[in-house]
Amino acid sequence: MTRWIAFWNILVKDMRAYYLKPPNISWGIIFPLAWTGMFFIRTGSGLESVLTLLPGVMTISVLFGTTSMLAVTITFEKRSRSFERLLLAPISLELLMLAKTSGAILFGVVNAFVPVVIAAFLTDLSGITWTLVVPAILLIGIVSTFLGLFIAVSVSEIFEAQTFSNFFRFPMIFLCGLFFPITALPVFLLPLSYILPVTYGVDILHGAVNGEHILSFALDFLILGAFCIGLFLLSLRNIKRKWIL
Amino acid sequence: MKPDNSPVIEVSHLTKHFGEVLAVNDISFNVKEGELFGFLGPNGAGKTTTINILTGLARLDSGMINIGGIDCTRNPKAAQHLIGVVPDESNLYPELTGFENLCFCAALYGIRKNERQTRARELLETFSLTEAADRKFAGYSKGMKRKLTIAAGIIHKPPILFLDEPTTGIDVASARQVRQITANLHRAGTTVFLTTHYIEEAERLCERIAFIVNGSIIKTDTVTNLLQPVQGKHVMLLSVSNGGLKLCEDLNPAFPSYCFENAQGQIRIESAAPVNIAPIVRFLEERGIEVTEARRYLPSLEDVFIQVTGIEAGLMRKEKEKAGGGGNL
Repeated sequence: MTRWIAFWNILVKDMRAYYLKPPNISWGIIFPLAWTGMFFIRTGSGLESVLTLLPGVMTISVLFGTTSMLAVTITFEKRSRSFERLLLAPISLELLMLAKTSGAILFGVVNAFVPVVIAAFLTDLSGITWTLVVPAILLIGIVSTFLGLFIAVSVSEIFEAQTFSNFFRFPMIFLCGLFFPITALPVFLLPLSYILPVTYGVDILHGAVNGEHILSFALDFLILGAFCIGLFLLSLRNIKRKWIL
Repeated sequence: MKPDNSPVIEVSHLTKHFGEVLAVNDISFNVKEGELFGFLGPNGAGKTTTINILTGLARLDSGMINIGGIDCTRNPKAAQHLIGVVPDESNLYPELTGFENLCFCAALYGIRKNERQTRARELLETFSLTEAADRKFAGYSKGMKRKLTIAAGIIHKPPILFLDEPTTGIDVASARQVRQITANLHRAGTTVFLTTHYIEEAERLCERIAFIVNGSIIKTDTVTNLLQPVQGKHVMLLSVSNGGLKLCEDLNPAFPSYCFENAQGQIRIESAAPVNIAPIVRFLEERGIEVTEARRYLPSLEDVFIQVTGIEAGLMRKEKEKAGGGGNL
């Protein structure tokens, strides 16, 4: 019980202090709108393309929401030394980092459903397999957050966190099949696509929304889950090595 | 916790390197239950590194640590429920209010909502911060920040408290209040591990003190025992007009029962017996030197520290000045 009081309060504190701030809420709404608008203008397509765009816009909302916020907030707390308070708390490092990342995961998942709500006013969403979409979004949120955590542990300055996260995020937009299938990529870029976790999440979303997917859902979920566990363990190892000197 | 004089912190042969730098060099000490133990040394001596290792914020290279009967050598988190830590920098959350900060820190120790709110209000009252309870921490003055950081360190009523340079950089009034709070906590039975580079602060508050210099403990003893070698001495300080300071070489053979030396612009006279100042003043006046002031000097822990560590008093004083007014008692 003691541990869960700590867990819950870290999560609530982060949500209040960082995620539920007006700039982040407006970001969550404006960002997917801007991307959708840009594609409509660029392709000249109509509302029938909303479903084609939806998986990419959802993924990009999660990816940018989670990685940027977590990497910056953790780096900020590390620099101001308030993170030491958490390290001094009598809870395990695993639980502590789960508490710190849960806020970002929730923020990412909520961000992902902003374009869904907007799309619901524009097109018919009844054909979407929500039982696949919801866990896929959750896993994309988790893997993106842990990627943000990995970035946060690797840097010491906030600007480094922003630079480093862009280094991962922007290539992912093109390499993970968000807005065009990875089969359209040059062959030499395909290995890069397959080592990026988001590729598997996007594949599930395309399958659940449009019925087009490359790998089996089971394999996608399995690989995505493995990335989540791997990135979390790697980050924990780095925290122990770099932050507890 | 009722003090029973058994050690609650035991450190044995603790060593820590940061790369090539030896930060803590094979130190051993123990702190008894209910004791106020001081760790005194200049900046960079290894005080904060030692606290960080003891509290689980840094790893040791070798040695053994036991806190509250728990072996923390391999698992530094094992005894974290027993300790409270006040770091050398006020590191609460700037975006939270004073009240929210305290409640959050209590929650980290698993304290339930009603209890943590009651405790937070009590501490805000104790630390004279009630009026600032709903203000954001970012808007607090340095002294207020320090007090709230101490309150956050004791919100879970830890039996052992680590205070790292608690009065550095704050105003005199706040420093006094912080010292009073520290003394009260000690009186209430809390074991306090205090690091400081303010010698007077250590002398006034601590029961036992360890002198740490360059990562090594030079001496550990009770304040009474540490002061013993200097307590029987009689010291006078003479302020003289220009040229007088050069006369120490002449004064020593003229008055062989006294020891004369220059001490920061004054002539320091040390003797085992009370100093008879009249012949010395005459001696100086015959040489055209005017004595402008003579005062008795009571030897303090600073003299012991200088004697034992070989560190110049000036260095410690400079650190005090750099740190701000907190050192003024």
